[in-house]
Amino acid sequence: MSSADPVWRRRRHRETRHLLLSVLPGALWIFVFLVLPSLYLMSVAFMTNGGYGQPQLPLTLDAFRNLAGFGFLGWSPGNLYTLLRSLWQALLSLALVILVAYPIAWYIALCRAPLRPLMLLAVVVPSWTNQVIRAFGWMNLLAPGTPLSELAVRVGLVAPNLGLFPSSFAVTLGLVYNFLPFMVLPLYAAFEKLDHARIEAARDLYAGPLRAFFVAVLPQTLAGLLAGSVLVAIPAFGMYVIPELLGGGRSQMLGNLVAQQFGQAANWPLGAAGALLMLLATLVGLVILRRLGRRLGGDDMVI
Amino acid sequence: MPDTATDVAAARQQGDTARRASSIGLKGIRKEYPGGVVALESVDLQIGAGEFFTLLGPSGCGKTTLLRILAGLDEPSAGSLTIGGVAVTETPPHKRSVNTVFQSYALFPHLSVRDNIAFGLKMRGVAGAERDTRVKRIADFIQLGELVERRVDQLSGGQRQRIALARALVCEPDVLLLDEPLSALDAGLRRKLQVELLRTQQRLGMTFVFVTHDQEEAMVMSDRIAVLNDGVIQQIGTPQQVYERPVNLFVARFMGHDNIFAVSARHERRITTPIGELTGERPCHGAHVLIRPETIELSAPESEGVEPGKPLNRLFCRVEERFYRGNNVEYRLALEEGGTGATLIAEISNCGERLFRVGDRVRAEIYPEDVVALGDEGSTS
Repeated sequence: MSSADPVWRRRRHRETRHLLLSVLPGALWIFVFLVLPSLYLMSVAFMTNGGYGQPQLPLTLDAFRNLAGFGFLGWSPGNLYTLLRSLWQALLSLALVILVAYPIAWYIALCRAPLRPLMLLAVVVPSWTNQVIRAFGWMNLLAPGTPLSELAVRVGLVAPNLGLFPSSFAVTLGLVYNFLPFMVLPLYAAFEKLDHARIEAARDLYAGPLRAFFVAVLPQTLAGLLAGSVLVAIPAFGMYVIPELLGGGRSQMLGNLVAQQFGQAANWPLGAAGALLMLLATLVGLVILRRLGRRLGGDDMVI
Repeated sequence: MPDTATDVAAARQQGDTARRASSIGLKGIRKEYPGGVVALESVDLQIGAGEFFTLLGPSGCGKTTLLRILAGLDEPSAGSLTIGGVAVTETPPHKRSVNTVFQSYALFPHLSVRDNIAFGLKMRGVAGAERDTRVKRIADFIQLGELVERRVDQLSGGQRQRIALARALVCEPDVLLLDEPLSALDAGLRRKLQVELLRTQQRLGMTFVFVTHDQEEAMVMSDRIAVLNDGVIQQIGTPQQVYERPVNLFVARFMGHDNIFAVSARHERRITTPIGELTGERPCHGAHVLIRPETIELSAPESEGVEPGKPLNRLFCRVEERFYRGNNVEYRLALEEGGTGATLIAEISNCGERLFRVGDRVRAEIYPEDVVALGDEGSTS
């Protein structure tokens, strides 16, 4: 049947119309509540900060200069440190999440079939509680004087009278804890489809356990690993609640900086510039991960 | 620095002499999976060096388990295994000079064909230059030469099968294990690769252990066949022995035979069956007999018969159905006297003689040596 056939063409037109109609409400929603506010936020980044914290004209690049650390008193590295700390925290917690989640996902996939949903549930259930409440839970567990902190003092990890909270250690711990399910689930999906014959083939071809892992297991789970990395690293990079509560002001991350500008500091253009930076950094991160995935030869990449 | 060129030559020569076939000995091999499922009951088996040996049986009979035990991928619950006279029962797979062609091929899709083939050599620490020559040699041998740079996922099923074979052969193992390597291919390609595989084995003189559920494939390829059922070896023998002289009901049915009759009474060489009284070559002990359809001679009842002087079983029948197959003709015959309603099937090769028609009276003649007694299941020849 050729596409010039009038009946065929009419049918295709009808299908296209149906498709447009069904997509329209969602598209409108996204446009009004995501695209427009984002455009507004971007424009704010190029405005001048008014006397009462209101963004106003004329358009300048002051906010970006501010973000880069240039203020009334000359250059200070505070914001740069915040950016680097955000990056470091995101990458560190990503690495730790992978270390913890990989064996968990593998183990669950090896369990008997009826057990697997239960174990996955056990991984996911904690995240049904509000993030803030869970952060408070960690505060109580890690505060000075609690058994964990006492133990850390005894071992000599922290100075006497100090606790494990507040600290950047507590922030990392909070991030790892918070994002674990986002890594376990995509990894589990990859492990569930694992072709065990490839492991056996590697063993049969004289590969020891470690080589067999790298040639037969890792490539098969790469797609899940990268999907999980995106789900963990990007929100971790912009995280606000956990550093705010567990960092005790000493471990500020980019998200806190942005929040501050929209709140106490009343400098919306600076906050918007920070948000824009975050967006750009995220895009760069995605591109890098995508390249990495292609390079390592995963064929069904999610990102 | 040693001269690499002479090194390679020496290594190659060594490789050629090292390409030796090994015998395999299995003694009392038993495999029980957690949960009490017994995959293999006490298997005893001797496979000769350079033999093409086939494990034949239906799915779940234990043939793949046996192969996995040979490869070292499964450990037997009891029993011992020797390859080339060396006990390897507890040797892990990567330390056995045994390679496997997997049913799913289990190639590494993120590697090129070349890297797939070279993988085993790399793991064994074979140097780069020698690795390249050996990969090239095997790729040419198996007619993959022009494909080595491709990615595995760009290849067809038959090509993947060849890569899987090349990947295992390049390591020059003492024993090559093949787990239904042709089952995923269509009939034409399958027949072609059967011949290729057989020629490869004959050229290399390597010991091949082949697993299949296809009795025809087993007969074409094998020096000897072991028929398995429920984790027990039913019969070991040449294709001819297994096909023509199945030892029990299971083997007879699995080899695709019709004309199996229960024995209701026996007196030395005389037995009573649903198709009447028959005389066998030897006293019959089995509960069933097999009369292969192609061993039956048919003639018009008024004629002299095939060999008038010989002591034949003569049965007078009427042709109930006829199936013309081109190269042969199958007749379904109803006994006229002495039978109890059983149907006898005769297969006559179509050499231009007159065909019988439905309703014709015929005389079926069966040589006593073609009455094959079938013993109880589990009895080994």
